[in-house]
Amino acid sequence: MADIPLAQLFLTTVLANNFVLAMFLGLCPFLGVSGRLATAAPMGAATTFVMLVASLCAYGLNALLTWLGLEFLRLIAYIAVIASAVQLVEMVLKKYSPALFRALGIYLPLITTNCAILGVALFQTAREYSFIQSLVFATGAGAGFTLALVLMAGLRERLRLAAVPDPVQGTALALILAGLLSLTFMGFTGLGVGE
Amino acid sequence: MNAQPARPTPMEEFLEGIWRQNPVFVMVLGMCPVMAVTVSAVNALAMGLATTFVLTGSALLVSLLRGWVPREVRIATYIVIIASFVTVVDYLIQALSLTLYTALGAFIQLIVVNCIILGRAEAHASKNPPLPAVLNALGMGLGFAIGLLALGSVREVLGAGRLFGLALFGADFQPWGVMVQPPGGFFVLGGWLLLFNWLKKRQGRLQAERGTAHG
Repeated sequence: MADIPLAQLFLTTVLANNFVLAMFLGLCPFLGVSGRLATAAPMGAATTFVMLVASLCAYGLNALLTWLGLEFLRLIAYIAVIASAVQLVEMVLKKYSPALFRALGIYLPLITTNCAILGVALFQTAREYSFIQSLVFATGAGAGFTLALVLMAGLRERLRLAAVPDPVQGTALALILAGLLSLTFMGFTGLGVGE
Repeated sequence: MNAQPARPTPMEEFLEGIWRQNPVFVMVLGMCPVMAVTVSAVNALAMGLATTFVLTGSALLVSLLRGWVPREVRIATYIVIIASFVTVVDYLIQALSLTLYTALGAFIQLIVVNCIILGRAEAHASKNPPLPAVLNALGMGLGFAIGLLALGSVREVLGAGRLFGLALFGADFQPWGVMVQPPGGFFVLGGWLLLFNWLKKRQGRLQAERGTAHG
């Protein structure tokens, strides 16, 4: 794991192992916030930021807990760090962009329970990434999440104008759409290294 | 969620999650593990049971502590309770079956952030005495497991030609490979929701027709 070129790690995480479409992480906000393009992009940015902070803290925490021999506390420690990071983002957004804060609504505190973020922390620990690799991994995961969210929002905005058969409307349609999107992303499978 | 004046009977409490408010098909919550682990029926069942355990355990504890936890820090408290139970499950599965542990991977630890569990703790367990809370959680967990199993078995049959690891078709069966790949998860769940939507619409239409025929 130690000698992956950073650019390759980034590309693999964004495209071939896209967090949402290939690894099924962060599906709740993906289905929940992808209705409009205007909220999808900021949501992606906020999530990416929390991912970076979480990845940074998780790296330090993991080193500390391993040194103390308290690995079984890892999960609890990670989730506490993520919850505080989300609180931070929430306060900053509320102060500097109240409109965006209202648009994101309930999904902002729910970033805490976005499994993509805990996923970043857990995967970087399991794969023993170095500090720099962890940061690149987190950025890639965030970029991939944003990409998927923005693509999906664009598609759903177009779909609102289309005549859709009655029973397919709502979540069923969103899921089938996500399936098609995921099928396209499978085309990137050969790119870079796997796990 | 249970704001109606008449208290629901224990049976209703239990059935709520299995049918009327099924977390997978009705509420569409906790989708990440639903998609990720349902490549085979066995994985789906194991994930469902693990989630049920965490859900029930945390519901019991949250319900017992409901008088003592201050409102401001309740979410943090719930998360810590849930994370402790998940750590227990994580080590338990590791001890029982290493193959299962590697198959489910990080998704066991990711049970922590499954929105069903936190949602139940906040919406039900924190407002009800232990017995109804546990019954409701048990029902929700089983409903979740049933949903996972419904997805996992369809995907295993179509994508690998097997069910619970047993080959169903002859040797020249060509599996529909994409069904065990990520897109398959989206398609199968989309398909199930479509089916339920269609049935519901059809039932409504039939009832409306019967109503007009009678008068």
